[in-house]
Amino acid sequence: MEAGGFTAPGGRRSALQRPSGARLPDIILQWGVTLLSAAILVLIAYFFLKLIQESTTVFDRFGVLGFTFDNDWDVARSVFGALPLVVGTLITSAIALLIGVPVAVATALYITELCPRRFRSPLTIVVELLAAVPSVVYGLWAFIVIIPFLKPAEQWFADTFSFIPFVGGQVAGPNYFIAGLVLAIMILPIVSAITREVMSTVPPDHKEAALALGATRWEMIRTAILPYSRAGISGAAMLGLGRAIGETIAVTIVIGNAPNIGHSIFSQGYTLAAVIANEFGEAASNPLHRSALIAAGLVLFVLTLLVNLIARFYVVRAERGPRTPRMIAPGMGQ
Amino acid sequence: MTQEPETEMTDGSPTTGTGGTEPERPDHAATDSPARAVSASTAVRSAAAADSNARRVNLEGLSAFYGDAPAVRNVELEFPPNEVTAIIGPSGCGKSTLVRCINRMHEEIPGAHAEGRVLLDGEDLYASGVDVVAVRRAVGMVFQKPNPFPTMSIFDNVAAGPRLAGIRGGSLRDRVERTLRGAGLWEEVKDRLEEPGIGLSGGQQQRLCIARTLAVEPEVILMDEPCSALDPVATLKIEELIADLRTRYTIVIVTHNMQQAGRVADSTAFMLSGEMVEHGPTDKIFTNPDDERTEDYVSGKFG
Amino acid sequence: MNGTPGSVLPPVAPRRRRTDRIMRLVLGSATVLAIVPLVLVIFYLLQKGLGSWSINFFTTDPSGKFFGDPGGVKSAILGTIEMVALATLIAVPIGIGVAIYLVEYGKRGRFAQVVRYFVDVMTGVPSIVFGLFIYITLVLAGTGGTAFAGWKGSAALALLMLPIVTRAGEVVLSLVPDSLREAALALGAPRWRVVFRIVLPTALPGLITGMLLAVARAAGETAPLIFTATIVKGTSLDLNGPMNSLPAQIFSDVGQAQDRLVARAWGAALTLVLMILMLTTLARVVSRRSRLI
Repeated sequence: MEAGGFTAPGGRRSALQRPSGARLPDIILQWGVTLLSAAILVLIAYFFLKLIQESTTVFDRFGVLGFTFDNDWDVARSVFGALPLVVGTLITSAIALLIGVPVAVATALYITELCPRRFRSPLTIVVELLAAVPSVVYGLWAFIVIIPFLKPAEQWFADTFSFIPFVGGQVAGPNYFIAGLVLAIMILPIVSAITREVMSTVPPDHKEAALALGATRWEMIRTAILPYSRAGISGAAMLGLGRAIGETIAVTIVIGNAPNIGHSIFSQGYTLAAVIANEFGEAASNPLHRSALIAAGLVLFVLTLLVNLIARFYVVRAERGPRTPRMIAPGMGQ
Repeated sequence: MTQEPETEMTDGSPTTGTGGTEPERPDHAATDSPARAVSASTAVRSAAAADSNARRVNLEGLSAFYGDAPAVRNVELEFPPNEVTAIIGPSGCGKSTLVRCINRMHEEIPGAHAEGRVLLDGEDLYASGVDVVAVRRAVGMVFQKPNPFPTMSIFDNVAAGPRLAGIRGGSLRDRVERTLRGAGLWEEVKDRLEEPGIGLSGGQQQRLCIARTLAVEPEVILMDEPCSALDPVATLKIEELIADLRTRYTIVIVTHNMQQAGRVADSTAFMLSGEMVEHGPTDKIFTNPDDERTEDYVSGKFG
Repeated sequence: MNGTPGSVLPPVAPRRRRTDRIMRLVLGSATVLAIVPLVLVIFYLLQKGLGSWSINFFTTDPSGKFFGDPGGVKSAILGTIEMVALATLIAVPIGIGVAIYLVEYGKRGRFAQVVRYFVDVMTGVPSIVFGLFIYITLVLAGTGGTAFAGWKGSAALALLMLPIVTRAGEVVLSLVPDSLREAALALGAPRWRVVFRIVLPTALPGLITGMLLAVARAAGETAPLIFTATIVKGTSLDLNGPMNSLPAQIFSDVGQAQDRLVARAWGAALTLVLMILMLTTLARVVSRRSRLI
């Protein structure tokens, strides 16, 4: 039937009819890939529901809000209030954004606007290489090298600026700050890459218009590039946030895994992701504990979904470009 | 400043509104002779001189390159103050490049550089130690496609330049109003200064860009095919504006439209393949040029 | 020179030039700052990791002993290779299949948009959540007779790789010009042949690139494996039992306050990073050969 690859026109009978058997592969392909795609949807939905199902044990015991917002995570007493985890997640992510986003945007600006042409490609590759290092290696490196190295500086900072809330006190080795710092390094490549893309869509017209008005390079960036890229940068930052929230291994190595809300950024802490990785072994025999960890995963999942939704909103806004022009009423002057 | 009957649109007063029909104006028919422009300029120039910023620009041995490839070769040209000089020529002859050398925008393109001298009232803009930022404030530019800053309101667009120079508050508002009037846009936008600049029609946007350029109080205005993206009615308004601006600035306009050159320019220069072939009073260039190539171009044999 | 009285040009406030210079410095420094961690990581990896490398390192299994000879990382390397290979075998055909659906059949239809959305959602899911998914459904249920198993680790990794492969696949397949498809159809070829003989081969370099990037990503992941294949216990190569992997091995060794174990961790980390670098470089090389991008 299909020797040589194409359906040869049939024999003496109707040359236009395809033997019905020949349609089969087409049908198989179409239905096959369609069903495959549907299966993926079903799979995700199934996983989500299973997550909820396994969490009900701990939710029944403490209530959904109780679990999420009670400030008491004590394995020994079988009490599971996840507030220290949620707060820890937020603190480390906030630090990651505060450090990572400005550096990423600055890097993107430098690469697209200021650096000599021939360095653009190598610099881009180097920044992207940051993403090639696996989480566990960052964790190892930060634990062995960075924590001891930064401890004196952190202590000095905590002592000098102890009047600022959440800064003073004894500096722990592993702490929120180090975790936030490592997260900042890890989100840098993606925030920088998206920002770079957004900035490269700024129409050259506007950059030229600013320069022609007698603006310095920086003033041109301030006038023509940054305002135009606002939505895109926000989207990039949100995506970075999503990444930071879910990052597990590097964080659990350097945060100290203490189920309390630390009193300063230099205290030990815990995050939703870290608790799952860390306490998994001992939870094997305790169904309530296990359910608590799974519930933590559920909260984490929902959180990342929300953040990515917001991120997508911003990125779509950015693609549409800044303020679409109003329609002018007919008859308005030229 | 004396008002010419031909240029009665300064405040935009009789020309706003009804779908673009222009009130009848005596000497301003569509196909004008350049003679009108020349006589108008001589009549007005003496009256305007005291009031104007205009400076003389001289190009001496100006060449411009993209990498190693020359786009402009050894051009000598003068742009007298309070006059409009048009630069015409076929696509790719280097006229845009030439003009972008005057405000040193050419060198913004990676690999591009220029040689020679550009004198502003005798001072070489390419001398070492000259700050390009200052050059661009003195020599303003209006681009082919209207490009108001999309994230800014009408007011902010015009104010962008002065703000960079540190002008604030009352004097800033005064300057914005003054330049919008000077661009013939004030009456049309005075009630909606906070609205986005890109919400205006094409012709209005271009006049906004002209206002933006005027707001930094330049001495020379370069226009790179300012009307090529506009419809005929908008074009007419811009040409009227140019005639009015001439009294206060030195204007250089690049155009591929020979009729436009005939309408607005006192002098015209013809470029071909990067070289300045001929320049002189517009009238002469179009009716009795010296060079055969000029004659061929203006009579439409090529281009 | 400017702004001096007598100059034709208007004065430019020195403050503006200063700000410009300062901001250029700030932006340049920030870029250097961004690169510093990378340089430091590479430096320490080489300094401490190379020291651990030895024949022994690559040919012996971790002994599980706290004191004495810790052994090498052989089972970890082999475990990573096995599990990632299996994950690739699962994720790539499925991922490309979904991409084919999206580009060739679904296009802009409602269902296709939903699928695209879900795949997009999947890219944002933290890897530990994928591990949890597999844990709840396969491990707890004891599927296959064992609790923890290498193949379950592969399943978790496959979930991770799937959206990457699908996304890259969709991009590359839609880059294949419609004119090619139409030419083939006009010659009387059935749809499935157009896909397999024309579209896929044209997109192949891009597909390979996407696959390599997904593999590089999966090779470095620890979290999905912790409670599916678990850590370190196994020195076996049986996918149906607990299995070791490089990331898990490193994770386990870091926490121990024993110098030799930490040294082994550095050696393992260097090995892992080199593997990933090779994969990403290969991906870059392949993508350059693509006729579509």
